[in-house]
Amino acid sequence: MKIVVCIKQVPDTTEIKLDPVTGTMIRDGVPSIMNPDDKGGLEVALTLKDKYGAEVTVITMGPPQADDILREALAMGADRAIHLSDRKFAGADTLATSNAIAGALRMLEYDLVITGRQAIDGDTAQVGPQIAEHLDLPQVTYVEDLEFDGNKTFTIRKSMEEGYQMVQVEAPCVVTVLASANKARYMSVRGIVEAYDREVEVWNFNNIRVDEAKLGLNGSPTRVWKSFTKGAKAAGTLYEVEPAEAVDIIVEKLKEKFII
Amino acid sequence: MDKSQYKDVYVFVEQREGVIQKVALELLGKARELADSLQEQVVAMLLGHGVAGQAQELIAYGADVVLCADAPELEEYNTEPYAQAITQIVRERKPSIVLIGATTIGRDLGPRLSARLETGLTADCTGLAISEERDLLMTRPAFGGNLMATIMCKQHRPQMSTVRPGVMRAKPREEGRDGKVENIEIRFDASKFKVRILKTVKEQKNRIDITEAKVLVSGGRGVGNAEGFEMLGKLAETIHAEVSSSRAMVDAGVMPHDRQVGQTGKTVRPDLYFALGISGAIQHLAGMEESEFIIAVNKDKYAPIFGVADLGIVGDVKKVVPLLTERLAAIRKEEK
Repeated sequence: MKIVVCIKQVPDTTEIKLDPVTGTMIRDGVPSIMNPDDKGGLEVALTLKDKYGAEVTVITMGPPQADDILREALAMGADRAIHLSDRKFAGADTLATSNAIAGALRMLEYDLVITGRQAIDGDTAQVGPQIAEHLDLPQVTYVEDLEFDGNKTFTIRKSMEEGYQMVQVEAPCVVTVLASANKARYMSVRGIVEAYDREVEVWNFNNIRVDEAKLGLNGSPTRVWKSFTKGAKAAGTLYEVEPAEAVDIIVEKLKEKFII
Repeated sequence: MDKSQYKDVYVFVEQREGVIQKVALELLGKARELADSLQEQVVAMLLGHGVAGQAQELIAYGADVVLCADAPELEEYNTEPYAQAITQIVRERKPSIVLIGATTIGRDLGPRLSARLETGLTADCTGLAISEERDLLMTRPAFGGNLMATIMCKQHRPQMSTVRPGVMRAKPREEGRDGKVENIEIRFDASKFKVRILKTVKEQKNRIDITEAKVLVSGGRGVGNAEGFEMLGKLAETIHAEVSSSRAMVDAGVMPHDRQVGQTGKTVRPDLYFALGISGAIQHLAGMEESEFIIAVNKDKYAPIFGVADLGIVGDVKKVVPLLTERLAAIRKEEK
C-alpha cells in the first residue's frame, strides 16, 4: 500500500501572546511546529505501515524552513519526503493550495491520501476535501479511527457533533484526521540522527503539471481585503476578596442582571 | 465571468434525521439582511427525503423561495450526493452568494463544492456584509482568533462562506409570511457514490448542546480533574446550566470534545458564562467572548480571562464554587 500524507508547518498558535498594552499579537519567538492534526494523520499512516508494510510519503508546501517538519516526519518513520516550494505557489488561498498539492499527487502513486482535518493557523479544514475533488476521489473528514482490511477497504469512525458515524470506503480515497485520533509517536533517536542525511526532494512549478493561472495569488479566488485586531473589550471589575464575600458579589450581580 | 448573471442569496438548509438545524435559521436571518441590502431574494435549499413539509417554516424565518430536493439519496448527509445536488442547483440558478453552516457536515460539503465550482470559500465567518460594489465582505478570525481578516471573492461566483452555529441570529418567526416553494429533481450520478454509511451513533443525547445553553458553567485547568467537574456539575444543576470546558481539560481526557469551547471547539454566546479556573488562552476567548455576561474566577489575577470578564474574582474555584452553589440553592428554595 502507498500512502501520501500532506502536512503543514504552522506557528504554534497556543504560544501566541498578546501585548498587554496594544492588544496586538506578539509573533516573534513563536515556535513553528508540524500542525497537530497532520501529525495525527501521519501517525495513522505509520500505524498502517507497521501493520501492513505501507510506503509512506510526506509532502508539504511552504517556504524553505518547512524542511524541518519533513525531517521530523522522516525521523518518525516516513519513507520519502517532498517539499513543494516555488514563488509561483506563494500567496495561495485554500483552493490554489489544493491545486498545487493535487498537482504533485498526480505525479505520485497512492492508495490513501491523508491530511489533517485543519491547520491551527487558519482553521479552515478546506484543503483536504478540495484535494479530493481535484483528484476525483471520495473523502472522509473528521476521522477518529481507521481500520484497513488488508485488501482495499477502509472502515472509518468519523466524529460528528452528536456522536460518530461508521463509514466504509475503498482505496483510493482521501481522509482528514483529527489530532485526537491517536497519540503520535516520538521521533526515534536513530531516526533523528539519520533524518538530516536523508534526501528531501524539492519540487517546484516545473515538477507539477498545473496551469500557472490556478496557482499562488493568481489562482486564489479569495483575497484578504483587510486585517485588523479586534481591540480589547473594556475589562469589567476585578475583586480580590475572601470566598464568602466573592459569593456575595456574584449573587448581587446575578440579581441585578435578573438572572436569578 | 459576467457577475451580473449571478444573483440572490442562497442558504444550505442542514437537516439531520429530518430536523432542520438551528444554524440554518440563523443563516436565513443573515441572508435576509444581505438580500435586503442587495434588493435580491433569499433562497433556501432544502435537501432531504420527506422534508418538503417543512418548507413553510423556512419562509417564516426569512426565505422568499424554498428549493426542495426530495430524494432517498439525500435522506442522510453524504458528501457526494449532496455535492451533486448543490452543484446542479448552483449551475442552473447562478446564485451570487451561498451560505453554509460550519458544522461537521457544512465543513465537509463546502470545500468539496468550492473545488467543484472553482470558486472561493471563506471558512467560519463571524461577520458578513455587502460592499459598495455589491460584493460580499466576509470577516473571520485568524491566528487562533486574535487577528480578524476581511476576505473578498471579487472575480468568482458564487461567493461562498461557512458560518459557525451560534454566530448569527435567526429572525423572529413570522407566521404566514409569503414565499414560494419549488420542487427540484436532481440528476444523480450514482457511480460516484463511494462512501457507505454503516451507522450513525448519537452519544450523550440527554444533554443540551452547549451552543444552545442560556447559561454555561465552564471549567479549565484550575478545576483540575473529574472530581472538580462534578463540583461544577452541581452548580450547573442548581441554576439549570450546562457544563462546558476549555481545551486543556478535553485534551486531558476529563471532558468530551463536544463540551469544548473555543477555536477548535464550539463558539458559544450564552446569557451568562462562568469561566472557572480558565486562564483564557486566545483560542478559548475566541469561542466565548461574545457571551452576554461573563463571570470569571481564577487564582492568577493576571490571567487573560479577566480581560474579557464583566465580573472577575481572584480566588480559588474550589472554595468559591461550593459556597456559591450552596447560596444559589438556598435562593432557589426560597423562590419555591
